[in-house]
This record gives sequence, structure tokens and C-alpha cells, in this order.
Amino acid sequence: MRIELKKRENMSSLFSVLSPFIALGLTLIAGVILFISLGKDPVAALYSFFIEPLTEVWSLHELAIKAAPLILIAVGLSICYRSNNWNIGAEGQFIIGAMAGSVLPVVFHGWESPLMLPLMLICAMIGGGAYAAIPAFLKARLNTNEILTSLMLVYVAELFLDWTVRGPWRNPEGFNFPETRNFADNAVLPRIIETGKTHWGFGFALIAAIVLWFIMRRTLKGFEITVLGQSARAGRFAGFSDKKMVYFAFILSGALAGLAGISEVSGAIGQLRPVISPGYGFTAIIVAFLGRLNPLGIVAAGLILALTYLGGEAAQISIGITDKVTRLFQGLLLFFVLGCDTLIHYRIRLIFGAAQKGSAA
Amino acid sequence: MDMTQAIILTIMTAATPLLLAAIGELVVERSGVLNLGVEGMMVMGAVSAFAIAQLTGSAGLGAIAGLIAGMLFSLLFGFLTLTLVANQVATGLALTILGLGLSGMIGESFIGLPGLKLASVPIPLLSDIPFIGRLLFDQDPIFYTSIIAVVGVNWFLFRSRAGLRLRAIGDSHTSAHALGVKVVRTRYLAVMFGGACAGLAGAHLSIVYTPQWVENMTAGRGWIALALVVFASWRPTRVLAGAYLFGAVSIGQLHAQALGIGIPSQFLSALPYLATIAVLVIISLNRRMTLINTPASLGKSFVPER
Repeated sequence: MRIELKKRENMSSLFSVLSPFIALGLTLIAGVILFISLGKDPVAALYSFFIEPLTEVWSLHELAIKAAPLILIAVGLSICYRSNNWNIGAEGQFIIGAMAGSVLPVVFHGWESPLMLPLMLICAMIGGGAYAAIPAFLKARLNTNEILTSLMLVYVAELFLDWTVRGPWRNPEGFNFPETRNFADNAVLPRIIETGKTHWGFGFALIAAIVLWFIMRRTLKGFEITVLGQSARAGRFAGFSDKKMVYFAFILSGALAGLAGISEVSGAIGQLRPVISPGYGFTAIIVAFLGRLNPLGIVAAGLILALTYLGGEAAQISIGITDKVTRLFQGLLLFFVLGCDTLIHYRIRLIFGAAQKGSAA
Repeated sequence: MDMTQAIILTIMTAATPLLLAAIGELVVERSGVLNLGVEGMMVMGAVSAFAIAQLTGSAGLGAIAGLIAGMLFSLLFGFLTLTLVANQVATGLALTILGLGLSGMIGESFIGLPGLKLASVPIPLLSDIPFIGRLLFDQDPIFYTSIIAVVGVNWFLFRSRAGLRLRAIGDSHTSAHALGVKVVRTRYLAVMFGGACAGLAGAHLSIVYTPQWVENMTAGRGWIALALVVFASWRPTRVLAGAYLFGAVSIGQLHAQALGIGIPSQFLSALPYLATIAVLVIISLNRRMTLINTPASLGKSFVPER
């Protein structure tokens, strides 16, 4: 059996809507196979993984809290990927942003001012943006591969955070635990509604998604991003600068990752710790692709990926499977998404029997 | 064994997985395919090697299992990027994410178990040469494989017809296809070779370097291997030099941590990653050399016309 691809005349609009759903379906099927092979009841397992977290109000709030950083990072990444800038170091930009935003509440502990929170958010965006500017500078100036440099900076950021919370920023009244002081009340990101835990990070995520959707759809900048991403050469003829676009895409996505970082630390954790992210920066790559690099699609995709985090925890408790399943599901999902995207541009034909003479397999 | 010998030996041990993974990826990229999933294939090799060594009691079988696991895993990448022409960068990332997740699951029951170490195989007579004999001819089979791979790949790429065809595909898949070269088939083979090398490199980590299973134990080595290929401007002998340079950096920082020279350990641990960025920057300063050596079709999908 062979698989043959035939290029479609036009992009299939049907499959560009359907493909994420096919991918989700295939992931669920893979999940069923996985749970059966682990000797678990697949229906119960999938229920506790994907449905149970949606049945209680408090866990819906958890869902929003987990989705916030994923959406914020992923909408930034979508601009990068659309303009053909491969920033895969959002995890590092998240961490550096969180640290930059934490300077005020940790170092200037006790500063009572209503400016505290706004300044924290601004610092975080500057920190994340500046950290993302490093691979951007190296790419624009020297043509250095941005994939590798941005990824290497993730490891550096993780180690830097580890040193900071064990060393200079360790809580002097914290019995030597590797954590900073708890943020004072004026440094904590407020909740959106009084009755639930969802903080403003989720609000920022929705605002960012809508603003970027508008930019991509309705403005010249959005057109510039798309053109330069499809062909840098064509973009140059149109008078767009591909070098400036490198900076724009990286710094924007870095700033959003930084904002996600401080929102998580200030809204959900309340202090800095050696590890502040369960891989949000990498999961956001999946979110961006599942959302088809469309900011509004990313909101839906972010909620789905957030569900896999909650589902992993829930399934660990209720049916006793390891929460590592989460990472596995996430990886499988991205695989299926990328595979299904082929349907948008190509017709797929299965050919049975031996290869015809002269057609290379 | 004196001190110098011991240090050189540890550098060689640290360099071997980088060398193997990089030489595999070099062949893949020479064929015009960019597989960013090295880290994922490597970690799958590591967990499979450890698991099979535990279950069978034979580290040798473990090494073979690592190789096969890496190769099978690379086929997933091949199917998506070569058959379904999915984006290579994104698929490579997916392979890494999937590999880290799957290996974490498989390896969960092996955490903390003492591992089996692949025994070294001294080569008769040669291993008795003073100083050098202990270093070069009294090593584990994976080390020998890594050196053979460098020599073999160098010969294959620049001295054999098949190697010429592979490079032609990497430079222009449309022209090569027009000349009747089997583009997709060759690329599948190259991707599988890369996967086997990465899997064996991972096996080296879990049954030679530190015989145990730790989650995410590859710690970015797959990415460093990718950087090495760029650094080496796609030449096998330069990959060898680069891998040993990196081995020296990572062992150097470990010794510095042990000596406690007043620099926080986290800063020293960051050195290999910073060094990677540094070499990438240095190599991109010489833009002409990069342009000449980069396979022109690197990362581009190929759909044969019918």
C-alpha cells in the first residue's frame, strides 16, 4: 500500500476547520488504546481525564488559570510562526519575565503603592521581551539559527531562576526553603470575580487574543506578517523589512510570555520557586498549532490543553495512572494536528498493490 | 591510571553521545531533511536501553534496543514529513515533546534502580600501548561505533556514489528527482540512520555514562548535537572536533563545581548551553562558509510530480 498526495487547486476550507477536530478524535482513539494496554477501563479513564474536571465550578477556575499562560504565550508564538520566526524558547522568556516582574515585590518588599502591580506587569513584559530580543538580534544581525539559540536560553533561564531563589532572593524568614518571600497583598494579581480563583491573567489572555486577531485580520501589520512569513523575498519587494519583523515577532511573543510568567507567579503561586512552570512554554507550541495559528482558535486550543493538565492530575488520583500521560497526550495531539493539516493542501489517495513502474515510492 | 588519563577518559565519555547523535543528524541534514527531534529520539533510546538491560540482564541487548527504539521513533517523523509533507520544524518539535512524555511514562518504574553498565571491550595488543591504549582501545562498544561512524560517514558522503546521490538530493531535490534519484526513499533511509544514531547515543547515556534512568536525562544534549552539525558546517571530521570540545566544556564545568571555586554551580551548569550559543554565533560570523556548506534544500518538503 502506498500513499500518494495530490496538490489541491485551492486550500480546502472544509479541512482547515475540520482538521483540528480529526486530530482530537485520533488522540482520543490513541488514548483508548493506551488505557486498554495499561489494563484500565478506557471509558472511566477518559471520563476522569476529559470530563470530570469540567463538572465542578472550582475546577473550571483551575482550567482558566492553567489556560491563561498557554493562551498568552501561544498567541505570541502564532505571530512568530506565521512570520517564519521559530521562537521555541518561550519557556525561558516566561521565566525571565516572571523574575523581572518579581523584582519589586521581592527586593522592595513592603513598598506600599498602587503603582506596584502595573509596574510589575510592565517589568515582566520588558524582561520577557528583552530575553527574546537576544535570539532575534543574533538572527537579524548574524543569521544565527534562532531555533537553537532560543532553546538554549531556556536552560540558562531555568538555572538562573534556580540560583536566584536559592541565593540572593531566598526568603530570610523562610527556614532555608528555596523560595522567595510571599508577595504582599498589593502585589497579588486580583481575581476576576470574587467567588472564584480565576485571576486577571486569563483576562489578559483573552484581550491579547482579540487584539492580535484584529491586527492579523484588519491591519497592514497583519498583512506584512503573513507576506514575510510566506516569502521574505516577496515581502522585501513590497517594502517590508524582514529584519524588523524578526525583532517585532520575537519581542512581542517574549513580552507576552513574560506577562504570562508574572501573571502565573503573582496570580497563582504568590512567590518565586525553583520551578514555576510545568512546561507552559513548550505546551504553548502545541496550542499555537492546534489553534491553527489563529488567535481565536488558540483560545479554544488553550482550554483543551489546559484540560490535559487537569485531567492528568485527576486521572492520577481517581484511576491511579501516572500524570506523565499528560505529556504523552500533548505530544500525540501535536503529531496528529500536523499530520491532519496535510488534508488542507493535498488530496490523499491510498494506492493498493505494487508500485507502478517509474513512480518513485 | 594517572590523572590526565582519567580526565581525558571522562571527556571522551561525555563526548561520545554528542558525537553519535550529531553524526546521525549530519547525514539526515545532508539529505535535505531537518529533524529537530534528536532530543526525543535520544531520550527514547536512553529509556529503552535501560529498560531492556534491566529486563534481560544484558547491557548489550539494551544498547541494541536503544538503537532500534531511536530508529522506530524516527520513522514517525519520516512518515509525517516525507509521506505527509508536514512542516519539518514543527514535526521535529512534536517528536521531542512526544519522546520526553513517552519516555517519562515508560521509565517511571525504573527510577532509582541501579543500572547495568556496558562493559568495555579491550582490543588485544592495541590496548597494551602505553597511555593511548587505555584511552582508545579499551572502551565500550558504543565508543568504537561512534568513531567508526565518523570515518564511515565521511567515506560514504565524499567517496561513494550513494553518498553523492544523497548530497545531490540535499542540494536540490527537484534536480535529483529529475535525474531519477529516489528522493523520498533515500531520505527515509537517512532519517532512519539518524534515528538509530540518536537512539544509540541515548543508550550510551543510560548504560555507559551514568547507568541509571532519570527523567529527561538527555538534558538538552540532542539540541547541542543539532548545534554541533551547524558548527561543523556539515562535515563529519569537524563534528568529531566539536563533540570533543563540548565534552571538554561539560567535564571542565563539573570539575570546577567539585573544586568549589566560588562560582555558583548553576552558572557553571549553564556553560555548555552558553557555549553552544557562542559557537553558533562564531560560525555564523563567517557567512560565506555557512552558505557554501548548507544543503540548499534543507528543511524544504518534497512532493514528487506525477
